[in-house]
Amino acid sequence: MLALDKKDTTLFLIVLAAVIFAPFLLNPFPEGSELAQFNAGYPDLLQRFLIFGIFAIGFNILFGLTGYLSFGHAAFLGVGSYAGVWMMKLLTMNVVPAILMSIVFAGLFSLLVGYISLRRSGIYFSILTLAFAQMSFALAYSVLTPITNGETGLQLALDDPRVLGVSQVNGSIPPTNLFGLPMRESFELTMGGWVFTFNAGYYLCAVFMMVAFYLAIRIFRSPFGMMLRAVKSNQQRMNYTGLNSRPYTLAAFVISGMYAGLAGGLMVAMDPLAGAERMQWTASGEVVLMTILGGAGTLIGPVLGAGFIKYFENIFSKINDNILHQWFAFLPDGLEDALVFVIHPFIGKGWHLTLGIMFMLIVIFLPGGIVEGFRRLAQIGRRGTGGGKKSADAVPAPAE
Amino acid sequence: MGILEVNDVNKRFGGLQALNSVTLDVEEGKVHAIIGPNGAGKSTLLNCFVGRLVPDTGTVMFNGQSLLGIKPHEINQTGVSRVFQTPEIFEEMTLIENVMIPAFAHRDGAFKVNFWGGVSEEGEVGDRAEAMLAQVDLADKKDTLAGSLSRGDKRRLELAMCLVQEPKLLLLDEPTAGMSRADTNNTIDLLKRIGEMGITKVVIEHDMHVVFSLAHKISVLAQGTVIAEGLPDEIKGDPRVQEAYLGGAHV
Repeated sequence: MLALDKKDTTLFLIVLAAVIFAPFLLNPFPEGSELAQFNAGYPDLLQRFLIFGIFAIGFNILFGLTGYLSFGHAAFLGVGSYAGVWMMKLLTMNVVPAILMSIVFAGLFSLLVGYISLRRSGIYFSILTLAFAQMSFALAYSVLTPITNGETGLQLALDDPRVLGVSQVNGSIPPTNLFGLPMRESFELTMGGWVFTFNAGYYLCAVFMMVAFYLAIRIFRSPFGMMLRAVKSNQQRMNYTGLNSRPYTLAAFVISGMYAGLAGGLMVAMDPLAGAERMQWTASGEVVLMTILGGAGTLIGPVLGAGFIKYFENIFSKINDNILHQWFAFLPDGLEDALVFVIHPFIGKGWHLTLGIMFMLIVIFLPGGIVEGFRRLAQIGRRGTGGGKKSADAVPAPAE
Repeated sequence: MGILEVNDVNKRFGGLQALNSVTLDVEEGKVHAIIGPNGAGKSTLLNCFVGRLVPDTGTVMFNGQSLLGIKPHEINQTGVSRVFQTPEIFEEMTLIENVMIPAFAHRDGAFKVNFWGGVSEEGEVGDRAEAMLAQVDLADKKDTLAGSLSRGDKRRLELAMCLVQEPKLLLLDEPTAGMSRADTNNTIDLLKRIGEMGITKVVIEHDMHVVFSLAHKISVLAQGTVIAEGLPDEIKGDPRVQEAYLGGAHV
């Protein structure tokens, strides 16, 4: 199907099903129950899963295939966001031009950054991309205030022209929409104790996510993708084999920059404001974490990594001492307090600590990320039933 | 007129004159061996042919075109392939992929963005690569990772990667270094077989057995200078060669 082989088709269909039914799947606990706080099936977070999934898929095309570790990809996401908001200010609240232009502008910017940064490889390349991203952040924060609105962030205003649409409706800014369908529109389905929310914006993200994922599969399986893996494996041999590695790495860089731009565009399509902090180095670092955590060089890994980190950031951080006390209420008071005291640093605002520990454990014990974890489980399962064939792409990508 | 003409090439590294007015003339379709003691400048000379080093003075002409000042991938695209002293292969990739990459480079040139069609749809390139693996007796391992091969197999793989490009000139840097006698003989047989394809070869070699089995013509390099040149029989008897290279020992 879709000109993919059987394995890839299966993977694509599983991801498609997971994305379509995510509002169900991620809301396993009934409303009002004690565990309802672990539900991730609300639109804001679901959108974020997909948007950062797209960002990580794109990043993986560069890092996972060519091994070039960029520390500046958030800059492209930021440029995409600014471009998107400007389209909404100047043209229309319809998200289509905003998303298209965010891809175009991020692509152009990544062409410039990539052209210069790719003159070096290894750590020097990483530092160059980091320098570019930090420069972009600083510019967006201060010098380019007329374009970016500095530290306040770029917002829509009532008197924006919006030449293709309307500036305001009944004294307020019209919502972001897709040919009239507002992105914030949701349909709520109540079944027994459960409430499921199906959001228009989420499903728009889902369409882009599936297209982005499909494109990534095609790239991975193409001769072009093979050349990108050759860059990672042995660039010298590649050059002595008559292949010019520079344009290959630049193409990968620009493609991943455009993915980042798409993510930025979708962000503003869901919530039309763009701030400079989106370009900061911590944001660039986050996508590196997502990719490595999920499994660099694998198709699905980056999406899993993105989901994992975003879940932690939004759900784990909500657990506080009160909740812990509730959980451990059955214990004797002294023990309860001691346990809460021990766990306290790891929850709530301390979620970074937990994430950091998990990241270290994964990098040390599962260098291929979450995907390698699944693969090992599958192998153990298969060993039980005999067999255990190792496929060619089952090679764990080393964390670099 | 040879296919590869090296004229008065000099290369200096600091105080060391690595190549001193080297002149070579490699005839088309022949096997030209370059021998010499360690540090004679053999590898330096080869590096000047593939764009890794640029000589200080002199010219290197291949098929009437200068190879100096152009990039390694451009040199390869003119028809020069090289087998390295330590095999340079794509260790993390399968054997068939290792051979398909140069096959693509041969067909599509130095750069092509073809990300829509799958590798598996490239039947013609795949078949060529597989046939080439069969020629070097590695067809049964085509889906294993290149990094897991023995050193001898890696060399044969690298040879297949060069041959699939149908080069006009093949440069071999010590193709049997570190091999057992049996592996060496296999490699000689293999090189003889591909000799029938009419590819011009320049071979750097220490092993006299290999040199005298393969070469049509031999140049002897010592301290960066060509001290003798001729047919294998002439070189065997040349006293200067015995002196400089063989240390007076009988061959």
